[in-house]
Amino acid sequence: MQATVNGQQKEIDSGTNVTALLGLYELEPIRVAVEINEDLVARSSFSTTTIFEGDRIEIVTFVGGG
Amino acid sequence: MPSGSFRIGSFEFSSRLFVGTGKYASFTQMSEALDASGSQVVTVAIRRDCLSDSGGARQDSILDHIDLDRYTVLPNTAGCFSAKDAIRAARLSRELLEGQGNKGAKWVKLEVLGDRKTLLPDPIGTLEATEKLIELGFEVLVYSSDDPILAQRLKTAGAVSVMPAGAPIGTGLGILNRNNIRLCLEALKDDDPDYPVIVDAGVGTASDVAIAMELGADGVLLNTGIAGAADPVRMAKAMSHAIEAGRLAFQSGRIPKKPYATASSPTEGLIEVSA
Repeated sequence: MQATVNGQQKEIDSGTNVTALLGLYELEPIRVAVEINEDLVARSSFSTTTIFEGDRIEIVTFVGGG
Repeated sequence: MPSGSFRIGSFEFSSRLFVGTGKYASFTQMSEALDASGSQVVTVAIRRDCLSDSGGARQDSILDHIDLDRYTVLPNTAGCFSAKDAIRAARLSRELLEGQGNKGAKWVKLEVLGDRKTLLPDPIGTLEATEKLIELGFEVLVYSSDDPILAQRLKTAGAVSVMPAGAPIGTGLGILNRNNIRLCLEALKDDDPDYPVIVDAGVGTASDVAIAMELGADGVLLNTGIAGAADPVRMAKAMSHAIEAGRLAFQSGRIPKKPYATASSPTEGLIEVSA
């Protein structure tokens, strides 16, 4: 199935949860925050939050800023 | 800490200089500049992570270069042009900082911008986002224009600090309207002298910081003035001295400005004037 991750189309197996998605990108869960369809996903819910077809996912981290 | 500590919301700091982490040539240079600044608070922004599913080397994270036991991280909502986006950014930042165990998870530097060319704040969106973020439990430090009426409205809404701009972000123009900063300070502190006011943005060099502090600001937040200097580490040191100098001068009560000279040396006992 298709989802949009940080603006890019991504083919994902159905049933994939947020933890597994981060694994696809080799991202450490502790270093990111995640939104699905503009709703925050608590870190404690990463492994129980399933991604669905057409979901828009944002994976963010800190960068330098003022 | 000769000029005393100060409080913002539930936080207390001895350094009155807050510094940004953007625009440095390297993380090493950033770390050295942060150290030289003596700051206890560093700002960061939130952005999309770089995604690579090819198993390539991970990009270095800024979190590896900020000592989270030493610094309180102040996440900003820079780049947000609506209250809605600023609230999303604030919530994402809180989630990240809670994961890091940094107490900065409790607060946010709110920016709701109104214009891409000047990066001036949108006052209506800023007030709206302030109210909502407070409802969501944040301690909100609000980047604002130097409008004293808006400053008062933001304080009434519950902002733990109002942060009027000295000049537009990154311009280095200094404190463009000292009178407005003074009026903001008066509006915010008149019946509440400990209410913290931070001058945020536009600072170019140490004298700008000193001016803000001499006017009575509780602190200064800056980034480009240090990061963009030819020698950022040395400039960080200069800024920390300027904070201290300006604060001490404010506390000392400067002399009034007068149009004509007053002799510093006695006018009596002069030797006879030659004919």
